[in-house]
Amino acid sequence: MAALFQMTLDGSMGRAYLSTLQPLVIGLFISGVFGILAGIAMGLSRLFEFFVAPVFIVLQAAPVAALIPLITFIYGIGLTAKVIAVCILAAPVIVLNSYKAVRNASPSLIEMCRAFQGSRVQVIAKIILPDASPLIFAGLRLGIAAGFIGVVLAELLITPTGIGDLITYHRSVADYAEMYAAIFSIVAFAAITVSSLQKLETMVFRPEKKEA
Amino acid sequence: MKTSGTTDPVETATKPDGIVQARGISKTYDGGIQALEGIDLGFPKGELTTLLGPSGCGKTTLLKIIAGLLEPSAGTIIVNGRAVTGPGPERAFVFQDFALMPWASVLRNVAFGLELRGVPRHERHVIARSHIAKVGLAGFEERYPHELSGGMRQRVGLARALAVDAEVLLMDEPFSAVDEQTRRKFQEDLLHLIQSENKTFIFVTHSIEEAVYVSDQVVLLTPRPGAVSRVIRTGLDHGGSPEELRRNKRYLDMVEEIWQMLRGYLV
Repeated sequence: MAALFQMTLDGSMGRAYLSTLQPLVIGLFISGVFGILAGIAMGLSRLFEFFVAPVFIVLQAAPVAALIPLITFIYGIGLTAKVIAVCILAAPVIVLNSYKAVRNASPSLIEMCRAFQGSRVQVIAKIILPDASPLIFAGLRLGIAAGFIGVVLAELLITPTGIGDLITYHRSVADYAEMYAAIFSIVAFAAITVSSLQKLETMVFRPEKKEA
Repeated sequence: MKTSGTTDPVETATKPDGIVQARGISKTYDGGIQALEGIDLGFPKGELTTLLGPSGCGKTTLLKIIAGLLEPSAGTIIVNGRAVTGPGPERAFVFQDFALMPWASVLRNVAFGLELRGVPRHERHVIARSHIAKVGLAGFEERYPHELSGGMRQRVGLARALAVDAEVLLMDEPFSAVDEQTRRKFQEDLLHLIQSENKTFIFVTHSIEEAVYVSDQVVLLTPRPGAVSRVIRTGLDHGGSPEELRRNKRYLDMVEEIWQMLRGYLV
């Protein structure tokens, strides 16, 4: 704990987070936007599903640590490789959750919307997406958690920067207090990010659960 | 028609006239199950017609075809002289499972049909509030469906159907998911509604008592594939008190008579 305060105060923690967050945020943004869009498209269109679903199912099953050397080989050791590492881990779970959420939207509510003359667009916007949003967000939460794994893995395996660097460096010089502090802080940071997203989701999309 | 009883005094010819007409409706699902066969029916304006039959006889299928939610394999539905090609503004549906949006308040659920039609927010909320009051839910506008009992949820479903001001209300076993006491109260309220609204109701149920109690006309369907077995005019005065109606000899006889006809279909 003392090490944690000391590292926070001397700015090494802050600098480490800045460099860790960069690939993480970019990667999660890409996975989030394109992942949810791709998932929704797959849920709505059988054709899209046929072509795209297998890619993500394979990616989800693949042991990503084994892919990272391949990514390094293709994209070098810069930011791109780390962003891709984040995407590979985060995207499949986001895509597959969004896809299942849309595909499993309540048939009875869809029928209700049609019975009251809802157009296809209205059925999607007013029924399918709100009904799917809890599962989409669950996917996003899992995706963000996976993104943290991706970025730390990339920092440990590709080039030591940011938090990964702090962990490797302090381990190599046997500063275990600092190493644990770095590990603890990234775990806490990930947990706080994920749970605040859940709060945000309840606030914005599911007003009925607020009092529950 | 598969079976016909010509001597029954309460039976009338099934002339396809009325605001809603079914002409030669058949339905075969993918996979070859035939649900309906050659349904010819007329639903008179301002009356309540019940579709009654053993489970699996295609009552709900017929109702969904009338609603335009399912396509018939053969035949046409005519509403107000026009053939049905899909859901329309003159028909509103009340669902067996309520089909309320869990993320929306009672007010928004009731106003949903109007929202889909692009009625401005203020206007549709005014209309929705009056219908919420009409079904006895005043004060619950801002509640969410999970805070309501089963009976109250179906009142929301009913208010939603009333709010779009359709001429024809299609009700798919609306009371089957609520308890017996709520159900009785609901049936009485429905009778008041029919008196005051001057709408045409088409009602699906598997309860004989319920069918006779609320209907002007009861259509008996045969087991799958569903065909019209009989059309019975109840000839009951629904304007009187509920107690009188439930003790009315004609009501009791008719329930018994329909049971005798239906029991032949049960194994």
